[in-house]
Amino acid sequence: MTVTSTASPPLSTAKSAVTRPLRRITRHRGDGALAAVFIAPALLGFLVFLLWPTLRGIYLSFTQFNLLTPPRWAGLDNYVRMVNDPVFWESLAVTVEYVVINIGVQTMAALAVAVLMQRLTRSALLRSVVLAPYLVSNVVAGIVWLWMLDTQLGIGNQIIGAFGFEHIPFLTDEAWAIPTIALINVWRHVGYTALLLFAGLQAIPGDVYEAAKVDGASEWRMFWRVTLPLLRPVLAVVLIMTVIGSFQVFDTVAVTTLGGPANATNVLQLYIYNSAFGRFQFGYASAMSVALLAVLSVITVIQYRMTRAGHTDLG
Amino acid sequence: MRSRAVTALTGALALAIVSGCASGDATRSASRTVTYWLWDANQLPAYETCAQDFEKRNPGLDVRITQMGWNDYWTKLTASFIAGTQPDVFTDHISKFAQFADLKVLAPLDELPYTNKIEDSDYQPGLASAWTGQDGHRYGAPKDWDTVALFYNKEMAREAGLSPEELNNLTWNPEDGGTFEKAIARLTVDENGRRGDEKGFDPRRVKVYGLATNDAGDSDGQTHWSSFAASTGWHYTDKKTWGTRYNYDDPRFKETIDWYFGLAKKGYLPPQKDFSETNGPEVQFGSGTAATALHGSWMIQTYYGFKGVDAATARTPVGPTGKRATMMNGLADSITRNARNKEGAAKWVAHLASADCQRTVGRSGVVFPATKDGTDTAVRAYAEDGIDVDAFTEPVAEKATFPFPITDFGADVHGLMRPAMQDIYANDAPVDTLDRTNDQINLLLSQ
Repeated sequence: MTVTSTASPPLSTAKSAVTRPLRRITRHRGDGALAAVFIAPALLGFLVFLLWPTLRGIYLSFTQFNLLTPPRWAGLDNYVRMVNDPVFWESLAVTVEYVVINIGVQTMAALAVAVLMQRLTRSALLRSVVLAPYLVSNVVAGIVWLWMLDTQLGIGNQIIGAFGFEHIPFLTDEAWAIPTIALINVWRHVGYTALLLFAGLQAIPGDVYEAAKVDGASEWRMFWRVTLPLLRPVLAVVLIMTVIGSFQVFDTVAVTTLGGPANATNVLQLYIYNSAFGRFQFGYASAMSVALLAVLSVITVIQYRMTRAGHTDLG
Repeated sequence: MRSRAVTALTGALALAIVSGCASGDATRSASRTVTYWLWDANQLPAYETCAQDFEKRNPGLDVRITQMGWNDYWTKLTASFIAGTQPDVFTDHISKFAQFADLKVLAPLDELPYTNKIEDSDYQPGLASAWTGQDGHRYGAPKDWDTVALFYNKEMAREAGLSPEELNNLTWNPEDGGTFEKAIARLTVDENGRRGDEKGFDPRRVKVYGLATNDAGDSDGQTHWSSFAASTGWHYTDKKTWGTRYNYDDPRFKETIDWYFGLAKKGYLPPQKDFSETNGPEVQFGSGTAATALHGSWMIQTYYGFKGVDAATARTPVGPTGKRATMMNGLADSITRNARNKEGAAKWVAHLASADCQRTVGRSGVVFPATKDGTDTAVRAYAEDGIDVDAFTEPVAEKATFPFPITDFGADVHGLMRPAMQDIYANDAPVDTLDRTNDQINLLLSQ
């Protein structure tokens, strides 16, 4: 819309010079109204579905609330309980373990895939294939992997058994469950992450590589000295986004392990969900959600600062 | 361009408003419909038949049945109470009853027309009284009941040299497991073909387990350890209903649990890691990796329906008290406090609880209806399918049953006991860890 108004070349007559400021003012006012119309849906969504629930959640975290009777003010009770609740700390630890494995493996794998797509092939088909798992819903992916990795009946363990090895309790053993869930989600998200990084790679000018080649740099050296530093801002944003998403893992756990065995996969979101919708302790669940919000905010700020995500090295 | 965008936006808004009005009208004109939710897909056809009979007798009333799986059912029901989209009538489970009563989302049936005529004596003993709240009001109309028995693979039992009579008269004690443990040891076979009671048996490489696993049993152990624990004289709480103290720290309970999960170390019961949501006891039984499974009567058609597996049932073993014990639990239909069509709902619930509808359900042979007459009809229907259900009905006649524990804070008890029991089963945690969990539970209940 704005394109049409700026595209008209200014007339170099005295008359137009007089009218132009007037026209500009009216145009601006018109744009403002139109902008408001376009922003309204997003703003409304933000206010209704994000800001209001967040504020209300923070309020509820100071109450005893079972959803069906009015909340009762409880002061800091929920937070005191949270600090003294060993299950909360365990679930936070489990969540961190999940995030470290999930983000660590996913970022490295996605970077490798993105660089290979950039340097070796431009095939659109390949890009679609890489993205395919992302098109599967988390729940469906979780159920399919649950079947494939079943200790007794899963095809994965049938193959392992055929080679004479003992069956691996991928999702039912304390030590295996979290890494397995983390890798299932790596499988689902790696293509999407790779595509984001691939887009970042496209923005790196080709002449930088040419210059590096002229200087006799190997592919390996170019990756470390050219690709990675120039990709840093994109990589940082991708990391911030995926870490936030990773901390909120829920659906895969809910369909594969339900938090078991013995709370070994009781990630924070699942604990919050069970406290709220299983035990009707919405006040306590809200307090834990606020804690998660605080943790995520701190992590995001630290990441942003450390990776200097707002700056680019491209001169 | 601008005006076009505005027109489009206005159009979209108008459409949204119009469709909003339309859906509003639909709910308002719905006072002639009664919405009904249930979770068991096997029972859906029988209740559809009941609904047809009901609609014939009550022209103008329309029953809309919604069926969804157990896990989604309770989540959706909770959400519906919050959103005000709850069904008029829903199938209720005793483990959720206390919480719903506490949240005041159920309508007292004794104060509504039609359902105020429901009498305890119309149903199998204990079924109706279980749905009486602490305030003395009735919140559920009994619809069916279930007990637990031992399903076994006839072929495997024959090969092990165990007769149906032997299996139906097993004894058990927490010290050596009695003839029950001997039987499941005999039924266990390792990869070298050695049986669990033979020399050289390898408990780490088992091909067929004597008893299937159904996870650790959470707070009720209905199809796990409850029959054993109750046959020692133990009960979950200080009172049969609306108890105020749990007894998970009772030595008799801890001995039972120690023995039960000890079976996994002996190789007669699969380790906890073999259990998953996709590999339940019926799957283990049907796939031939388990010779027996303790399970409820609602699973009869599933166990007898496996191709190539000849199933039979035996009663739970006689315990140290000299008596058998099996959990008898019953489902009921509840009306929601804010039901849109309360009178229609009461009429429908009265019909569901009637001898007519229960006979219809009995004829389908998928569950035991709550009325004596309905139960007899179901027993005949099972017999026509060649299924002997004595193992489930005898305990009721002999009063060898105990009820599902009903107390306040049921969801919290479940939330605390689930990981505690899994810890014992999966991680070998000592049973004395239950003392602490029990203290936590009783602290909650004393509030």
